Amino acid sequence: MPYRVHCMVCAGTGCVSNRSLEVREALENEIRKRGLQDEIQIVTTGCNGFCAVGPLMVVQPDGIFYQQVSAKDVPLLVEEHFIKGRPVQKLLYKPPEAAAPIPKMSDIPFFKHQRLIALRNRGLIDPEKIEDYIARDGYQALVKALTEMTPEQIIEVITKSGLRGRGGAGFPTGVKWQKVRQAKGEPKYIICNGDEGDPGAFMDRSIFESDPHSVIEGMLIGARAIGARYGVVYIRNEYPLALERIQIAIQQAREYGLLGENILDSGLDFDISVTRGAGAFVCGEETALIASVEGRLGDPRARPPYPAEYGLWGKPTCINNVETWANVPPIILHGWEWYSQIGTERSKGTKVFSLVGKVRNTGLVEVPMGITLRQLIYDIGGGIPGDKKFKAVQTGGPSGGCIPAGMMDQPIEYIAPDGKREARDYLDLPIDYESLTDVGSMMGSGGLVVMDEDTCMVDVARYFLAFTQDESCGACTPCREGTKLMLDILNRIVDGHGTMDDLRALEEIAWVVKQTSLCGLGKTAPNPVLTTLKYFRDEYLAHIEAHKCPAHVCRALNTYRIDPVICVERGHGCGVCRRECPEKAIFGEKNQPHRIDQTLCKKCGVCVEVCHFNAVIVE
Amino acid sequence: MPKLKIEDLARIREQARRATLLREGAGRVKITVHLGTCGIAAGGRNIMTAVLREIEERNLHDVLVTTSGCAGLCSREPMMTVEVLGQAPVKYVDLTEGKVKEIFAEHIVGGKIADRYALAVGSERVM
Repeated sequence: MPYRVHCMVCAGTGCVSNRSLEVREALENEIRKRGLQDEIQIVTTGCNGFCAVGPLMVVQPDGIFYQQVSAKDVPLLVEEHFIKGRPVQKLLYKPPEAAAPIPKMSDIPFFKHQRLIALRNRGLIDPEKIEDYIARDGYQALVKALTEMTPEQIIEVITKSGLRGRGGAGFPTGVKWQKVRQAKGEPKYIICNGDEGDPGAFMDRSIFESDPHSVIEGMLIGARAIGARYGVVYIRNEYPLALERIQIAIQQAREYGLLGENILDSGLDFDISVTRGAGAFVCGEETALIASVEGRLGDPRARPPYPAEYGLWGKPTCINNVETWANVPPIILHGWEWYSQIGTERSKGTKVFSLVGKVRNTGLVEVPMGITLRQLIYDIGGGIPGDKKFKAVQTGGPSGGCIPAGMMDQPIEYIAPDGKREARDYLDLPIDYESLTDVGSMMGSGGLVVMDEDTCMVDVARYFLAFTQDESCGACTPCREGTKLMLDILNRIVDGHGTMDDLRALEEIAWVVKQTSLCGLGKTAPNPVLTTLKYFRDEYLAHIEAHKCPAHVCRALNTYRIDPVICVERGHGCGVCRRECPEKAIFGEKNQPHRIDQTLCKKCGVCVEVCHFNAVIVE
Repeated sequence: MPKLKIEDLARIREQARRATLLREGAGRVKITVHLGTCGIAAGGRNIMTAVLREIEERNLHDVLVTTSGCAGLCSREPMMTVEVLGQAPVKYVDLTEGKVKEIFAEHIVGGKIADRYALAVGSERVM
């Protein structure tokens, strides 16, 4: 008998860590107990995207979306929904301001505004079943590419579609393919760059986890187009689930003869191996990645020659990001005309972002290029939690920059891709490769960190620089020494010892590192510093001149005191702060106002955390 | 596993598509079996099984089956609602497995409402 219900349980890394596998087990047991195992199918899927409310599941065909499901909810869920057909109200998604929950996934704003191309199969297939992928037109683009198109035609379609590298730099994919095709040297290689290292970014991981075959099919089409014999999937060792799923997918494709020799009797020979990265950020840089695949230290080298001519084992090599490969099959299947309708003048298609930080709906989203920051943060992201003020958004990870919201009502001049100058709000800034570069940031791989008024921009710059400084391979002097010097200065500033000379030196070093470093890591490492200096210079000045951190994040600059009235009237001098203070710097009696001895206070902030009455004031 | 040919891929696609089409929530016909306490007591479970069996035997893959609670007319259970895309829903009452077979032949496959078993066409106004 056919199943009447498909229950899609999310098994992305986020939901699994919130115990979605226990939910699945409970469901299986309950369904068996009720004798429904022939009517209801439990499917484990990859990341659904709405990680903020996991563990989650979607019940089809009704499209009912359940959030924060735990194993103990399962008996009620089976009884009410699967037997009586009534969605369980308390597990439905309810937006913060709304009176009633929204049962249907397609009506939830987080999903409604998205457009899925790279993530077209997420939540709809079991990523460990090749048949599920085939059911959703999987490998049909490959058939088309093998039987109806010449390699030149494939490259032409990719070029005309306007697809650009989704790893961050935005190089036109078709142009890169053409270069590798024309390059001399055999065999040619294809590499899938899955060394996703930006803090807070998980686009590539989710594609591997939810739809690994789309990457394999993209690489197969690439192999046909450029004449490559071997492919390598380079994946971070920190992604165990993604690694497992891509390995399963490769194995299945081999068993079906979709990898190997004479694929689908077309004469195409292509196979894929997997290389695990050892967790160095710089290996995301293409020349360092190639060195790592060859078994050498992941050190970048000067380009040219580019990998298109001299890549893996000295042979022509085409490196594209995971998301780029996943975009290839739908473009081939539906044509460049279809794809190039989506997006802006110079940035076509969609982009996957991991939306994190101070935003209500954290998760993974795919949106058309040209969507504005406002739509992304407010319509999809649901705005800032706790009615805090939106301050800035950081795009592009440690290589990107901070775009301020402080100028939300103060239009700036924006140079449109066609050269026209127009006034725009930053928040209404359409997101594409050019517009983000114009404001000093970059697309990057798609990490998007939202910051509210409680974020200190100097501390943010320090955080990202500490990351790049730590990850700098040390091969070139500007990056090795420059990032260290910049980090020292930033540490001085957040500790309250910064001077105006420091600020000048910081800016100068930043420009030198940007212009003279060997590879992309060093060239972009100063971006967080430069953009915060540009848009939030007043915060640097407050740290240096007034010895204050406006967001009260840099503790060394804070002064803690206790409001005597609140302490007595609301807290009755409870004394919890006095007992918890590790420095014994707080004095007072029960029912009496407590006070902090500033000479003893080490500014750890414990008193703020333990006071139930908000009597501790940070200045 | 023998090596795949292009025709094999099409065949696998056809089979797998049938099994997963449900997930896209799109079908030509939607059947709702009313499984409130009254429906279950009157034998609604058997009707559900009969519906699923019909779908399998007739090899239909554009029919979605779902359940709902009591429709408010407990005396006429077991009940089911058949909704053909673009047409008003039809409620069938006092069902037996034999009647389900006839309704499939006439309405769901044949496109003509089996009015001798139908209670009414249409639904209540909601809100």
